[in-house]
Amino acid sequence: MATQLDSATAIDRLASPPLHDDRVTTIRPSSGRPRLDLRELWHYRELLGIFVWRDLAVRYKQTVVGVAWVVFQPVLLAVVYSAIFGRFAKFPSGGVWYPVFAFAGLLPMLYFGSALSAGANCLVANVNLVTKVYFPRIILPLSAVLTPIVDLLLGLLALAGLMTITGWLPGDLARALLAPAWLLLAFVAVLGPVLLLSALNVRYRDVPYVIPVFMQVLPLLSGVPFVFTDRLPSHWQWILSANPMTTVIAGYRWALFGTPAPTLPHAMLGVGVALGLLAVGFLYFRRAEPGFADQI
Amino acid sequence: MSAADVVIRAEGLGKEYRLGELQASYGTLRDSMVNAVKHLGRHERRKHEHIWALEDVSFELQRGEVLGLIGGNGAGKSTLLKLLTRIATPTRGTAEIRGRVGSLLEVGTGFHPELTGRENVYLNGAILGMKRREISARFDEIVEFSGVERFIDTPVKRYSSGMYVRLAFSVAAHLEPEVLLVDEVLAVGDAEFQRRCLGRMESLGEAGRTVIFVSHNMQTVSQLCDRAILLDQGRVVLDGDSADVVSRYLQSGLGSGSNRQWADDAAAPGDSLVRLLGARVVTDEGEVLGAVDVRQRFGIELRFRVLTHGEPVRPKFKLVDRRGDIAFNAWDIDHRWDSPTAPGVYTTTAWIPPNLLNEGLYSADVAVCSVSAPRLIHHFQERFALAFHVQDPGLGDTARGNYTGQWRGVVRPLLDWTVEEAG
Repeated sequence: MATQLDSATAIDRLASPPLHDDRVTTIRPSSGRPRLDLRELWHYRELLGIFVWRDLAVRYKQTVVGVAWVVFQPVLLAVVYSAIFGRFAKFPSGGVWYPVFAFAGLLPMLYFGSALSAGANCLVANVNLVTKVYFPRIILPLSAVLTPIVDLLLGLLALAGLMTITGWLPGDLARALLAPAWLLLAFVAVLGPVLLLSALNVRYRDVPYVIPVFMQVLPLLSGVPFVFTDRLPSHWQWILSANPMTTVIAGYRWALFGTPAPTLPHAMLGVGVALGLLAVGFLYFRRAEPGFADQI
Repeated sequence: MSAADVVIRAEGLGKEYRLGELQASYGTLRDSMVNAVKHLGRHERRKHEHIWALEDVSFELQRGEVLGLIGGNGAGKSTLLKLLTRIATPTRGTAEIRGRVGSLLEVGTGFHPELTGRENVYLNGAILGMKRREISARFDEIVEFSGVERFIDTPVKRYSSGMYVRLAFSVAAHLEPEVLLVDEVLAVGDAEFQRRCLGRMESLGEAGRTVIFVSHNMQTVSQLCDRAILLDQGRVVLDGDSADVVSRYLQSGLGSGSNRQWADDAAAPGDSLVRLLGARVVTDEGEVLGAVDVRQRFGIELRFRVLTHGEPVRPKFKLVDRRGDIAFNAWDIDHRWDSPTAPGVYTTTAWIPPNLLNEGLYSADVAVCSVSAPRLIHHFQERFALAFHVQDPGLGDTARGNYTGQWRGVVRPLLDWTVEEAG
């Protein structure tokens, strides 16, 4: 009974004088042209922050070891890589001790993987929000690619520890400060596919099945287990460079260890592909956005 | 009324759905490819059936108006709410809304079971469109109001459903929207709680809130709303004083009236055993009545077909007053319904004695059921199957005597009074 009385008074609360918020909302058919509308995104920036915080809070609450998992995954993979690619196959690591080399390369790759799988599923996973409340839908994929950055930062912290202990410190500190710029490219590179796949996933639920397959081969095609050098056959250099993550990993290892940097044409191809994917993803997402609630 | 008092202005709103979308079907890439291959070579584009869920809807709503939105299933009521909350995009037309829109559709949207009450208040508030500053400023109020202070740092998965609803509702109540959209079907809480909520809605308009209220309950609409819009097949059919719109709706046959007939086919209410054919409000002479004189005996007639030789079935109905209170339940206790009912068409009439009901609108939910102890199985239960007015001609020979003011109560029996005068 107390519940009902309280709730009934809630309606009374609504009867208190309105705020006279005179902001006018105009509702009109979608023009069919994708819109940028950064002003609206800015208006909803707090919601973006809240979604990132929600995903982090939920994950770290549900898991017992929390932070440890984030580091455990690249550590385990680095051990396996070192055994197979380092010891057995003797992949070139540009003179860097292989476990450090592999661990460093795995971090942006794992970021890409978790951002991609969370991002592609973000609209479907939040179906009750999409069908009940209005907000610019692009906030969901944005928060999905922002959230794993926290994992990446924790991984980088572990990498810093590992480099300190093993003595593989960056030779050139100024150059090491360029590492974040390459990681920013990873963010751009994943955002485009996430926008595209999350919107496609509303229509075609195949998307979550495709991603794991893709993620199995991507580390090899991004040069995670080996150093990207001009000793690779030329056409292979171009094929690998068409994948922006190759540029990310090569560039960021260059910044940390001084391994060969991607050449300018190769880097430009990687950046170009990332930006192209971003443009395609953004345009498709914005075009499909008005129909999400009807189709999901 | 100045133009500044217009809170909602809708002009020619229309929403077209592709039929597939309405059925919420989503394909797989494979289906799409298979279809593409199938249609390859044939120079025809895959044809989709399109329907207009809403067509050319225009209206203006002033600050403080309480608007009832009525119409049958699929009339476009929910679609209109979806457009006004911007969840869906119109195909045609425009609407302007001044101020923040809140809706009781959203209560608890986005609540996460793993997060604490405190965290959920911030999460839900942000989703409903509140700034963090606003939430912080009202946080204590929200919590105090919800009455879950002691558990505010406990994950809401440990809350009872009552606590959960209270906290969710408290956040929504502190949103203070300019325009409030309420869909009765989707409102939270049990029937008693919903009834109370509706009872309080009347005061909202007076306080300057603009309310759009979607309901199937005609009594509630005519009681709570100043104005009503009747939608049928996506179009505005009537727009005006709520009592007028409701009564014309009931008479038009779009909604329930006092004489309802169903085609004798699978679309009629029923199951594999029983099918509803008709329901009427009738006099002793078998004439249909739209308005009943309170002094008059009248019948609730129910016609149904029993399709196969199955179990015993029993006709039943429920009378509901305009506030949604159940006046009474009734079924035929005759022993003929104790043994399996033979196939055939049955017409049963329950006779309601004179001077039993109060004045006003009543509706009847009719049903045919079987007892499968301890449960009751309804072969169909048609809500608001019938609606009728009970009237008092005011001649002084009824329970109200010569008094003409308000007379409360679900029933108004004419009782025998005895009196003894001592000394």
